[in-house]
Amino acid sequence: MAVAAGAGARPGLAHRARVYVMETRAQCLTVARTPAFTVPTLIFPLMFYVFFGVVMAFTPTTPTYLLATYGVFGIIPPSLFGFGVGLATERESGALLLKQTTPMPVGAYLFARVAMALLFGAAVVLGLFLLGATAAGVALYRWQWFALAGVVLAGVVPFCALGLAIGAWVRAQAAVAIVNLVYLPMAFLSGLWVPVWVFPSFLQELAVVFPAYHLAQLALKVIAMDEGQPVVLHLAVLGACTVAFLIVASFGFRRVSAP
Amino acid sequence: MTVASGAAGQNACGECVAELAGVHHRYGDVVALDGMDLGVRAGEVLAVLGPNGAGKTTAIALLLGSLPVQRGEVRVFGCEPGAAAVRFRRGAMLQASGVPNTLTVSEHLELFSSYYPAPLPVSQLLAVAGLEDVASRRFARLSGGQKQRVMFALALAGDPELVFLDEPTTGLDVEARRSLWREIRAMKAAGRTAVLTTHYLEEADALADRIAVVHRGRVVAEGTPAQIKSRAADRRILCVTRVDLDEVAVLPGVARVERNGRHLEILAARPEDVLRILLARDPDLHDLQVTGVGLEDAFLTLIRGDGRQEEA
Repeated sequence: MAVAAGAGARPGLAHRARVYVMETRAQCLTVARTPAFTVPTLIFPLMFYVFFGVVMAFTPTTPTYLLATYGVFGIIPPSLFGFGVGLATERESGALLLKQTTPMPVGAYLFARVAMALLFGAAVVLGLFLLGATAAGVALYRWQWFALAGVVLAGVVPFCALGLAIGAWVRAQAAVAIVNLVYLPMAFLSGLWVPVWVFPSFLQELAVVFPAYHLAQLALKVIAMDEGQPVVLHLAVLGACTVAFLIVASFGFRRVSAP
Repeated sequence: MTVASGAAGQNACGECVAELAGVHHRYGDVVALDGMDLGVRAGEVLAVLGPNGAGKTTAIALLLGSLPVQRGEVRVFGCEPGAAAVRFRRGAMLQASGVPNTLTVSEHLELFSSYYPAPLPVSQLLAVAGLEDVASRRFARLSGGQKQRVMFALALAGDPELVFLDEPTTGLDVEARRSLWREIRAMKAAGRTAVLTTHYLEEADALADRIAVVHRGRVVAEGTPAQIKSRAADRRILCVTRVDLDEVAVLPGVARVERNGRHLEILAARPEDVLRILLARDPDLHDLQVTGVGLEDAFLTLIRGDGRQEEA
């Protein structure tokens, strides 16, 4: 879309950056004031880690293993809720339509939700790392701490795409339930709570269909505790899932903008 | 989509800042707009008046660029309605629209202000919308009237030349409606152009310089509030007569006839003309009463009259 020069309204880079910051701030405030969001997002991964990684760690490697998988468990809710529930709500309240009449760049809207997922995800990962390094006595090389955090946080991308697909299709009333129905079984079946190798074999085979499994395997690779499948496989599945979710989301939006 | 530099502000219809020309729009089999022509002149408040389903919201959505144009031409400031250059110069209040419940009034206004290069200061927005006392209250805790005033303030955030207000007072109580009217009048006094949709003739009369009455996707009457009111049948005749109902219905100036017990109830713009004929045909006519009707009834006869012409 070309914009007329001389209309006096061509925004500069500083103005655009400000929109991105303000939109991110609004998004973070919105979710931070929603206890139904913040409690499961911030507390559950840390609480579960204390139970299964610190108090009931049955083998010496359990705290290290669960550090990676609860990290993945921790970044999924902010990714799914910001887009899934937030978008469905704004779509239904008309807030999204109103924003679309303003000069707000669509990029700022998407950026704000990804940034919120990253910030909340980073808070959970930091909390887990502190618990792991202190209470659970996890010892990793410095590069492993950074690589683990990097892999886990990069995982917001496919789950934001999944959230976008959910938010584009489901009604606001149903969004929280749908997100939980997707997220909790997927977390369990992907081996985020207990390692996949303790599953019966048919469940082990089922695990490979979930993006969370592949993200967890990438994270576990950093600490050499993965199932041994190639990195390329995990990246390919995560990439394919992201593209598929975005396609599903775009059909949802097309359906919405049609009468 | 390309916008020629310098084209903004000068347009085909001269003084029009926004325009629908021969616009047709359908949702599947349902015709929403059926050849609508509508021009908004700089500095005026134009009320688009019509019942639910007349096509008002579709017209606004096309002027905002929220819907693709199917047939006809839609221009705003001489540009495509959704063009970025247009977005900076207009604001909108959508029908039954909200914003997230968890943010405060100030936070919403600060956010929307950030979208525009030269926004109105938040303090000024709070003042013009009468929201100073609730600036730090979350949207969820506002009354219906306060919520609508927030939506109004958001429409003004970018200091727009042109403001679209889609049924701004629907669902508000009388007091909240009057309060929003005051703010819309102040906005008009500040020199902004506005398009307002409503299904209350009273509201159009109170706020607009010009009224376009829409019915079944077309403009069926257009003029100043005084002109529109004079065209609306605003007198009710009640009488007992042996003149047949069908015979009365075709008399000039009669908008509607109904049998009401022994009485005939006739709505007409000029009751004298109708009575002259009736008395000539029925010297025994009695129990005669002529009263004014409310603006809403008058408005209904205006669009019903149009419906009958279509069928004829």
